[in-house]
Amino acid sequence: MATKSMGDIEKIKKKLNVLIVDDDPLNLIIHEKIIKAIGGISQTANNGEEAVIIHRDGGSSFDLILMDKEMPERDGVSTTKKLREMEVKSMIVGVTSLADNEEERRAFMEAGLNHCLAKPLTKDKIIPLIN
Amino acid sequence: GYFSETQVKPSPKETKRQLCLSLSLSISVSSLHSLSLYPMDAHVAQLQMQYRNYILSLYQQGFLDDQFTELKSLQDDGTPDFVAEVLSLFFDDCVKLVGNMARALDQTGTVDFSQVGANVHQLKGSSSSVGAKRVKGLCINFKELCEAKNYEGCVRCLQQVDIEYKTLKAKLQDMFNLEKQIVQAGGIVPQVDIN
Repeated sequence: MATKSMGDIEKIKKKLNVLIVDDDPLNLIIHEKIIKAIGGISQTANNGEEAVIIHRDGGSSFDLILMDKEMPERDGVSTTKKLREMEVKSMIVGVTSLADNEEERRAFMEAGLNHCLAKPLTKDKIIPLIN
Repeated sequence: GYFSETQVKPSPKETKRQLCLSLSLSISVSSLHSLSLYPMDAHVAQLQMQYRNYILSLYQQGFLDDQFTELKSLQDDGTPDFVAEVLSLFFDDCVKLVGNMARALDQTGTVDFSQVGANVHQLKGSSSSVGAKRVKGLCINFKELCEAKNYEGCVRCLQQVDIEYKTLKAKLQDMFNLEKQIVQAGGIVPQVDIN
């Protein structure tokens, strides 16, 4: 029976699986491209409510969730709290605007984020978090 | 003289032959010049230089910032139109949001500055995402004017935003036209190091 060599095993690298939650189509396109550029695959949700439904229905498991703060129907703070209540263990990174003040950022972190990044997102901002 | 006293002078026949040869050579060279034959490589190099200088000027004049560089870095052979597609979405956003702001400011009676502000916030986010530096800067001022409920200031700022995004659109169109010319001339669009 053939066994896999170390070289073969190295080649079977699990791709980073990312959920991008943002109501802005422009941001969704850019963030998807960034994730692809760093070797990941992504799924998108147009608002927090969609993100909750994805987890409730699909039993999906993501390595990373990029969570926008300001969204209709369910914002980033509420979504993060809900996902943590659902015992979602993924790394959740909040994406904030520079206009957000310290208090708003703190409230977002306390909702259950692992990290918070300011827009605009770049490869250089994300890579250190996943490494 | 051309010949020294000690050299053997060529015969008249040899001199005539040499004169005819040099004359025919000079005719050939002048024919080439008159046909204006310009090496293809030089034309591509000229276009590439023009492109580099144009891109640098867009950064130097503050139209673009590092985020545009990031967008360019994300474009690859598999998605050669990525930047164009993103910019197209951005300019669609500009049309929509400027329209929303104009309508909100055109209300007879009380202006809903929070609605204007919400559209400004969105445009600031979009412009930041594509590296549209001047548009983003205007949006920052605009937001403060909304918070101060400064009607005249908001109207003036909206006019500036309108001019600025249209100017950027025209300049980026020129950039894409230069890229097209380079490719059509058989060249490669160069990566421009802005640092």
